[in-house]
Amino acid sequence: MSGAAAALLVLADGRFPAGGHAHSGGAEAAVKAGRVKDAASLGAFCRGRLHTAGLTAAALAAAAAAGHDPLALDEAADARTPSPALRRTARKLGRQMMRAARATWPCPELDALAAARPRGAHQPIVLGLAARSAGLTPLDAAHACAYENISGPATAAVRLLSLDPFDATAVLARLAPEADDVARRAVEAAEGDLADLPAASAPLLDITAEAHATWPVRLFAS
Amino acid sequence: MHLDHELDEKFPHRHTYSAAHPQRPDGTRRALRIGLGGPVGSGKTATVAALCRTLRDQLSLAVVTNDIYTREDAAYLLREAVLPPERITAVETGACPHTAIRDDISANLEAVEDLEDDLASQGAGPLDLILVESGGDNLTATFSKGLTDAQIFVIDVAGGDDIPRKGGPGVSTADLLVVNKTDLAPYVGSDLEGMARDAKEQRGELPVIFQSLRGEPGVGPVADWVRAQLADWTGKAAHAA
Amino acid sequence: MTTVLGAGTPAPARPAPPPMPAPAAAVAPRVAVTPVAAVAPAAAAGPAGVRAHVRITAASDGRGGTALPLLSGEGPFAPRRTRSADPARARVTLVGAMSAPLGGDRLTVETRVEAGAALRLDSSAAMIALPGRVPGHAEYGVRLTVGEDAYAHWLPEPLISARGSDLRQHLVVDLAPTARLVLRDEQVLGRTGEEPGRLSTRLTVRVAGRPLLDQQLDYGPGAPGWDGGAVLGAGHRAVGQLLVVDPAFAERPAEPRMLGETAAVTPLAGQGLLVTAVAPDALQLRRLLDQSHIFTSW
Repeated sequence: MSGAAAALLVLADGRFPAGGHAHSGGAEAAVKAGRVKDAASLGAFCRGRLHTAGLTAAALAAAAAAGHDPLALDEAADARTPSPALRRTARKLGRQMMRAARATWPCPELDALAAARPRGAHQPIVLGLAARSAGLTPLDAAHACAYENISGPATAAVRLLSLDPFDATAVLARLAPEADDVARRAVEAAEGDLADLPAASAPLLDITAEAHATWPVRLFAS
Repeated sequence: MHLDHELDEKFPHRHTYSAAHPQRPDGTRRALRIGLGGPVGSGKTATVAALCRTLRDQLSLAVVTNDIYTREDAAYLLREAVLPPERITAVETGACPHTAIRDDISANLEAVEDLEDDLASQGAGPLDLILVESGGDNLTATFSKGLTDAQIFVIDVAGGDDIPRKGGPGVSTADLLVVNKTDLAPYVGSDLEGMARDAKEQRGELPVIFQSLRGEPGVGPVADWVRAQLADWTGKAAHAA
Repeated sequence: MTTVLGAGTPAPARPAPPPMPAPAAAVAPRVAVTPVAAVAPAAAAGPAGVRAHVRITAASDGRGGTALPLLSGEGPFAPRRTRSADPARARVTLVGAMSAPLGGDRLTVETRVEAGAALRLDSSAAMIALPGRVPGHAEYGVRLTVGEDAYAHWLPEPLISARGSDLRQHLVVDLAPTARLVLRDEQVLGRTGEEPGRLSTRLTVRVAGRPLLDQQLDYGPGAPGWDGGAVLGAGHRAVGQLLVVDPAFAERPAEPRMLGETAAVTPLAGQGLLVTAVAPDALQLRRLLDQSHIFTSW
């Protein structure tokens, strides 16, 4: 850890005002399809998400925090996001994260990315840059990103299934060592060639995100 | 190559990251933002629709809705055709409208700024007024000062005439309290005078309007209050410029 | 250095893959490699597994057709020029020459479709990843380069991950800005009723050196969460993608749409369309991909 532990807690706090509360990370679609119905299936869902979309996002965040060109990372993120619904979501959340980050940890690098991508860069890249601006390390950024990748669906499942919140939090606690591992792998990858950044993907997340985007009635934006 | 970035070029960077300024980043006056909150079924959407019908010929206005489920209120306003579709935006709240209007206002700020930018780029000129409607929520749901310049809290006589007495942040601190559906008072046995007394007790000098949208003067008094807010705002913005 | 094989060249001996699920520890039978031609470097089969390299080059013949100046194979694959439905365009079929890939194998297929040429590359049968005699994973690399105004179809039969196998596949496609591509990639996790082996597959596609699509899929024992509700979901044992790249998409992107509950057609951020599908088995997967995007091959 960087020694800026409290800054990491601020960034990773579910109450950080960057729009995450309105998104379920695919959990709403999974609940409707019956793939997430209790704590055990929520755990399996979060585990798969952590090691796929979570790893990819954490590596992008770590690379941004390490000072790699955010626009090149944004292009890499596009190539790793075939679903237009998920690209829209990532940019929307990136724009919201940008607003919060510029208010909390202003820096010229954030300003430059905001100017280049006014409709939003992919959220993990903005998160990585925010971490950098807050004096945090690439590992911190990867931790925040990996954790957020599973805490979003877990919180949403509590609302969608009236799941016992203690059970949902226990799911997160049990996945914590794996989230640490994902963060470490993300940082290792971010130290190498950008072309080799992880591209781990989850076919069902991509497919169901498209279906969810067309639902006329839903609780979550994604 | 990257098709998604077409909009980046169409809309150059200008979003703010602190909401309190009366001007947009390009120096033009931004629209006045008025929030409407209140419990489920109190008539927020009906009040917004009536305000749109009354004000749309004099002012350039737009609406942002915050729904529990997707975009029901926006769909209602579209069906009622109170404004053209490009002037109505729905913010999705993950089942928590109070979070979206108070704790994490980022999506709402995007929505109001996008409305201003989009309408300006379509040659519709600057917006005067944006109404931000919250989905029906509880008595504590209030708008963040980072999001709106003033807020209206809408309750109704049928929801219980003890609501003003109970108080809560919405009733006691909103810039305007609207007690709606006064036409129903005889049927539900609500004591309007008692409600007025309790409201005065809770709110001191802050205004209260008793309203029935069925018949005259309808939304007129609330529309007058909005016009007064706007005149005040325009004066302030001119002063700031 | 190069060997052009006619369609009539006899296939080197190869054992059929075991038809029934093999126990995890079973070692697939292996025959000595028959080099496809004396001048080609012989594929080495030893305790380290097979190292084999297939090279194919398609080039414009100057008369509106496509010639195959380079067609060389060794070890498990023999590339054959096969009958094309369009005489102006070339077709090459990879014919399996032995069981592969097994643990320890390193197989590479390198294909260049030069400016103005049109090549369809397919295979005669599904490729089955099996456990090998030597410990360690197998690697299967495909490198496809498509030049200006060239057209490539990469339409192999599915890759089947048998129990106990461990295969890492990487497809790298480099396209010129005006190149067109149709690429189908299907994975079947386990033979009928069988648990899958470990399969990791990455598809990297660049247009003019810029990333268009980069996706890695990881399944089977040791791949965390692969059968959970986020990745494949219960009962899905076949997963596939159909990628279409065409400069025309830059002007008019494809419309996103669903094909039932488990397949989606999605426009990429660049000039491409991707169909992603999961299904209970290979047959239903192919049916989804076939209905997703109608194209004419040759």
